[in-house]
Amino acid sequence: MSSLWVELEQFLNEIEKPARYIGGEDGMICPEHSPEKASWLLIYPDTYEIGLPNQGLQILYEILNERDDSVAERSYAPWVDMSREMRKRNIPLFSVDTHRPAEDFDILAFNLSAELVYTNLLECLDLSNVPLYSKDRNEGHPIVIAGGHCTYNPEPFADFIDLAVLGDGEEVVGEISEIFSQWKSEPQAEMNRKELLQKFAELPGVYVPSLYEATFSNGRLVSISPKAEKNIPNIVEKRTISDLGAWPYPKNQLVPLTEVVHDRLNVEIFRGCTRGCRFCQAGMITRPVRERPQEQVVSMVKKGLERTGYDEVSLTSLSSADFSGIENVVSEVMTQDGCSPVSLSLPSLRVDAFTVGTASQMQQARRTGLTFAPEAGTWRLRQVINKLISDDDLFGAVESAYSQGWRRVKLYFLIGLPTETDDDTLGIVRLAEKTLEIGRKYHKNPSVTVSVGGFVPKPDTPFQWFGQNTEEELLRKIYLLRDAAKKVKGLKLKWHDSRATVVEGILSRGDRRLAPVLEKVWKMGGVFQEWSEHFNVDLWKTSMDEEGLLIEDFSYRHRELDEVLPWDHLSAGLHKDFLWQDWRDALDNLGLEDCRWTPCYDCGACTGYGIEHVVASAVPPAGGSQGTGVSLIQENEIKVAISQPEKVNGLQVSGVNE
Amino acid sequence: MRCLRVRYTKLGKIRFIGHRDVARIWERSLRKANIPVLYSQGFSPHPRISFGLALPTGFESEAEYVDVYLGEDFFLDAFDEKIIQENINKALPSGMDVLAIGIFPTSGDSLQEAVDACVWEVRVSGTSFEEFEVIRKKLFSSDSLSIERERKGKILVEDVRSQVHSMDITEDHIDGVTILTELGTKPRVLRPTDLLKRINSELRTIRVLRKEQLTLQGNQRIEPLSIELHPAAPAEVLA
Repeated sequence: MSSLWVELEQFLNEIEKPARYIGGEDGMICPEHSPEKASWLLIYPDTYEIGLPNQGLQILYEILNERDDSVAERSYAPWVDMSREMRKRNIPLFSVDTHRPAEDFDILAFNLSAELVYTNLLECLDLSNVPLYSKDRNEGHPIVIAGGHCTYNPEPFADFIDLAVLGDGEEVVGEISEIFSQWKSEPQAEMNRKELLQKFAELPGVYVPSLYEATFSNGRLVSISPKAEKNIPNIVEKRTISDLGAWPYPKNQLVPLTEVVHDRLNVEIFRGCTRGCRFCQAGMITRPVRERPQEQVVSMVKKGLERTGYDEVSLTSLSSADFSGIENVVSEVMTQDGCSPVSLSLPSLRVDAFTVGTASQMQQARRTGLTFAPEAGTWRLRQVINKLISDDDLFGAVESAYSQGWRRVKLYFLIGLPTETDDDTLGIVRLAEKTLEIGRKYHKNPSVTVSVGGFVPKPDTPFQWFGQNTEEELLRKIYLLRDAAKKVKGLKLKWHDSRATVVEGILSRGDRRLAPVLEKVWKMGGVFQEWSEHFNVDLWKTSMDEEGLLIEDFSYRHRELDEVLPWDHLSAGLHKDFLWQDWRDALDNLGLEDCRWTPCYDCGACTGYGIEHVVASAVPPAGGSQGTGVSLIQENEIKVAISQPEKVNGLQVSGVNE
Repeated sequence: MRCLRVRYTKLGKIRFIGHRDVARIWERSLRKANIPVLYSQGFSPHPRISFGLALPTGFESEAEYVDVYLGEDFFLDAFDEKIIQENINKALPSGMDVLAIGIFPTSGDSLQEAVDACVWEVRVSGTSFEEFEVIRKKLFSSDSLSIERERKGKILVEDVRSQVHSMDITEDHIDGVTILTELGTKPRVLRPTDLLKRINSELRTIRVLRKEQLTLQGNQRIEPLSIELHPAAPAEVLA
């Protein structure tokens, strides 16, 4: 079929980082298209470097290409210099695999994992010559699908997509392919586009926004419910695969020719998290916990290293140190045959239950930084957010890191959390100061980098009712921290732009009234808003004003239990009364133990879907289920979490104060 | 300590990746090929490999070089150049292929220091055989050719005439010519694209291919690794 490569190579030399557009990765699939197969273009609406490593996209890429009724290729948002040149030369968005035009695909499927990329969705549609609004598309246009964590509240971009898929995509992409390939092979007059969408809407986990009516009254959402059609569920439940072991993907992880983020072998060891951090949407919406069998993890790592030539592997999950038998896996991976050293990293939320003794063992090839995420400056506030790490847990972890040769430690915090006082905020600097004090026992000039993000309340979390801190309040707290940090030698403070936090807040809990706002921001050139060099808060404020919408109303005000939330018709399986109770507990400074080893709180994630947590170990890991109350120093081993600086999207827009 | 010197290509789509990307690809490919590269010591050890002159992104080449440092153990009993080469070729991405392979002592100059000149084949458009011939003669009849180059944020004017060793038309096309030119690399590399732009701003380069990297000794032009002396195994053996 048609490839745009000949046209592209004429000018790629004049484009920044042309390697973004050439494909050619090890693991790339150049599928054979045919009329009876549903052809998917999987689009990550951010740069190639950010999008390529995305595991979700790579998993679906392989699954769709293994099927008989579908093929899949990939695309990423072209950087601004490229899109300018493409428009000038009339070149549409294209796949990197075979450089096929986007408009030649049946399905454009977007992975949305952060709010600030929403305008890039519009940009990619426009570059694909596809009408922005779902209502303006006809039988000749591709179906536009969104997946990823942002689909738990797709309302702000609901008018631009044909369907959203909630939850795990492994099974549902096949069901969509089946329906589509059948539709393609039958005379299409039998079923028009609307009927096709209706058919998709009958699939569990699929939400078709155009079949639902959002009603507003006095500037408030009063209901979202199905229009007249039959068989459209009142509430769309997310999809959950019960056995991760049945899906050992990606089998051939893409190895890019050029540098990308997370440039290493990534093996997902479990999905879901029950630590119950109340600010964390990922932890809430991906329940229950489903572990990959240990032997499969080990074999995926070994095969992966052999095939890719990487010397670094990351065992990914929301909190990898919580994996049952993690010690076994680590030692098996580290003692494997091979002539070159290997580094292992465990992105993890724990600062409490893992041996730093293994940290130096884990990082043979090269030592990456150690990042700990206490998230809040005081124990009281950490109880509010249910991140149950005591000061001593942190100091023990830090001590072992410094004592084993690390000179730099990173700490990650949120500001603007519920019930936060200035004493809590300043507690961040006190923790950093104490950390440096410990460091001086081992090094002349230890350093600590403190990264501070502004808290954005997310749907399907206990904090979904919380009124976000205003831009001014966040800025005030940043200045408070900056002034205090200035007095501490060796402390480097970085912060997320509070203006970006405001925009994230609007979109996080926004509704359909934001569609024209997104369109306006995009029209004024507001793409790549997650990149500090392109972020422009004025575009957002102007567009909100023009639409008569108030930031206060979307972000800053507290919600009540009886308010209709824009995602009430979508379900991550969590009971609303569980979330509300957890919200009240938070306000009472009450922590909640991890339910893997304590009685069920009936959050709804397991019972609703008839799935149990799949955990190999019946006992909680050392340090206790949440690390509370148990001495972390046992038999000279100091427990700690090892993690990589992962917050790529979140920290792009940031300030630095040295 | 000795090193394995490899001459390889960079052709096709892969021409759009940068020099640092090439280095990373080599690190991974050597691990895939199970070649026990020596590592530097220290907190953050790195594999010891070094490259010839960096090739600008977008240029193709038939003369890229890498030196891979290996312990003596590697050259004992089971050492087989052909198998090594086969394994490396399998590990490299499409467009990067081994042309020659040899074993060298590591005492001499590094590749980057040793190279004095490069031979380039350039497909030029926006001219004709006759017109380019005039341009070429004018260039060789003049004693100096100043070029503005940026270095550390400052614009420097440098005379590069002596760096243009030769330039010949090798093919005539409807819209231009193909030329072969040898350009000196010292004190600093002269890119064929910069040279052509300087001598006539109308000229456009479509394809640039590095044919050789050379060490000059008197009248001798020495390749770091000649394909004739160290030929790669024929392709069918590699399959």
